[in-house]
Amino acid sequence: MNNDAFLLDGKSYQSRLLIGTGKYKDFNETQAAIEMSGAEIVTVALRRVNIGQNAGEPNLLDFISPDKYTILPNTAFCYTAEEAVRTCKLARELLDGHSLVKLEVLGDQKTLYPNIMHTLKAAEELVKDGFKVMVYTNDDPIVAQELEQMGCIAIMPLGSLIGSGLGILNPHNIRIILEAANVPVLVDAGVGTASDAALAMEMGCQGVLMNSAIAHAQNPVLMASAMKKAIEAGREAFLAGRMPKKAYASASSPMEGLIK
Amino acid sequence: MQLQVNGKALSLNGNTVADLIGQMELTGKRLAVEVNGEIIPKSTHPSFTLKEQDTIEIIHAIGGG
Repeated sequence: MNNDAFLLDGKSYQSRLLIGTGKYKDFNETQAAIEMSGAEIVTVALRRVNIGQNAGEPNLLDFISPDKYTILPNTAFCYTAEEAVRTCKLARELLDGHSLVKLEVLGDQKTLYPNIMHTLKAAEELVKDGFKVMVYTNDDPIVAQELEQMGCIAIMPLGSLIGSGLGILNPHNIRIILEAANVPVLVDAGVGTASDAALAMEMGCQGVLMNSAIAHAQNPVLMASAMKKAIEAGREAFLAGRMPKKAYASASSPMEGLIK
Repeated sequence: MQLQVNGKALSLNGNTVADLIGQMELTGKRLAVEVNGEIIPKSTHPSFTLKEQDTIEIIHAIGGG
């Protein structure tokens, strides 16, 4: 498996599991889960500094060092293209010129479903400005094509709603997206447990991005370990090529020389 | 001078972005600063002079998915 690296933005990664840093109990748990998952790319959000906060208050990036991990800043809770572009520019300044971003422009708070009109607009603007855009989108194959043609470096359709843990509700659409794509396709959002991640990888996705499935597990560090294995198992199964499905039985033991 | 920092009124004893960051005890932290909607690069924090009623955003990375 060592020669099966995940290539993204000119860098080669061993892990195909990308994980978020939200919703953990504390930074120690975040760090332990990431370490266990083997993830090399981790997402972060950008927010205002609290005024009057303790000067000594720990900072996420002290635990998740940009020297060790590829930091993937997101545009979570941006509802317009303008907000998303502004957030990406702030992320680039925060991370010393780093241009890799996860674009997500949301439609409403109840579904956190992507607003595609604004996603397309923001993607176009960000690509022109030199950003390397990994884009959260719905599972519409035509939209995926549009985003790729605009120059997004990875297409990240949802499996189901963010944080829902419902798994991949429309694997057929993900397959259609995969067939047409010339850039990595990663399932982003909806993964609930290890089999969901394995399914995405078995279909041929280049990776999976998840947060809640690990952070909201009863034991996040153990689930991080499960996800690492699921991603690896799913990838190997994809590379191995599964046996064809058949309607009837096909004996594994030979008929020949049967004792009579 | 009086400023709006992250949506709140703040009185700054100083003139520059670096002075503001210092007063907030955030010197050396990983931050990005916007003044009136324009990003102010880190390298210019010591020289960028603020004006009365400037609107400033100071942001950092937090956990997110």
